[in-house]
Amino acid sequence: MTQQRNEWPLWEIFIRGQHGMSHRHVGSLHAADSETAILNARDVYTRRNEGVSIWVVQAQQITASSPSDKGPLYEPSEAKVYRHPSFFDIPKEVGAM
Amino acid sequence: MYAQMVKSEATQEDPEKLAAFQARIDAGEKIEPKDWMPVGYRKTLIRQIGQHAHSEIVGQLPEGNWITRAPTLERKAILLAKVQDEAGHGLYLYCAAETLGVTRDELTEMLLDGRMKYSSIFNYPTLTWADMGAVGWLVDGAAIMNQVPLQRTSYGPYSRAMIRICKEESFHQRQGFDIMMKMASGTEAQMRMAQNALDRFWYPALMMFGPSDKDSVHSEQSMRWKIKMNTNDELRQKFVDQTVPQAEYLGLTVPDDKLVWNEEKNGYDFSEPDWNEFFDVIQGNGPCNTDRLAARNKAWDDGAWVREGLMAHATKKSAMKVAAE
Repeated sequence: MTQQRNEWPLWEIFIRGQHGMSHRHVGSLHAADSETAILNARDVYTRRNEGVSIWVVQAQQITASSPSDKGPLYEPSEAKVYRHPSFFDIPKEVGAM
Repeated sequence: MYAQMVKSEATQEDPEKLAAFQARIDAGEKIEPKDWMPVGYRKTLIRQIGQHAHSEIVGQLPEGNWITRAPTLERKAILLAKVQDEAGHGLYLYCAAETLGVTRDELTEMLLDGRMKYSSIFNYPTLTWADMGAVGWLVDGAAIMNQVPLQRTSYGPYSRAMIRICKEESFHQRQGFDIMMKMASGTEAQMRMAQNALDRFWYPALMMFGPSDKDSVHSEQSMRWKIKMNTNDELRQKFVDQTVPQAEYLGLTVPDDKLVWNEEKNGYDFSEPDWNEFFDVIQGNGPCNTDRLAARNKAWDDGAWVREGLMAHATKKSAMKVAAE
């Protein structure tokens, strides 16, 4: 996407909720700089007390994995079922583990 | 609906790719911005989401009209919050459209010069305070009918925007119905005002769902792509079935002599709106088309110095930061 006619850059917005463990991507918006991006994010994404912390990142700074890499990228983890605890059968007599 | 008569694009592409794409949609997978998609899917979505976004923004005008004249401070604060929500809904949708490769400024310009449309409903005037009730109750009510199923649409960013919007939308309908309850149980003059608002907004609300299925030429492809989830007539029927009992509760009369319960189909029979009027409004000849576009153009032009000033400030600051490093 090209920046046309000096359009305000696009920012991706991440918000951590009251009881949220981590910041979550909630959407994006346009703003001239990071400070106004935070103010706009407050108005657009926290009108109902959704958050206690806001991160803003310029969209062009984000490098994302490509959907076509899905196979090769995640294949190694698919082959390692023993990473999941349910792989091992523990006898009932042993109790909770 | 908020997006009416969205033209779907025919696609001429590799049949194998198209089949694989359709298979993903049939399997209920979400399509994400970086995924391959047919050109027609992309273009139709830009048009549909863009039109939906424009409707949210232009939709602020008929309600903004009453903010300064709300009957109490509480009603004023509520209406202000509601109208602010609509701006937010417009922004969620513009962002979703932008993931398809169109810029915000391009979308705005297409609205301002009339190349893109917004919903016909916002070309009707809001003449009395009771209209604020009717708009929330009927217009937002009709919008919800369409938006709830769209939460399951195939395009990921659109679906997520819809989920957010639906969470906020029922506040809008309830505040409208609350106004109607107050008016309908008030003085005789208030009751008349409420009835008059229903009389004026009933058919325009029915038009929101778009032309009858038999005249709706773009539905089939859009439904296969899951960017349209129900036919226009299905949603209109559902809206009438839900709304008539609410009107009865208010003690108001739906302005339709032919309205009657049909036991067999388990729904109401009702009169079609005047489709000539609908096409006329879409063509730009509704009572408020000129006003609405003039107001949006004025806002855009008047805001130019703010957009440019903030950008100039941001550029200067970042240059100073680089110099200091």
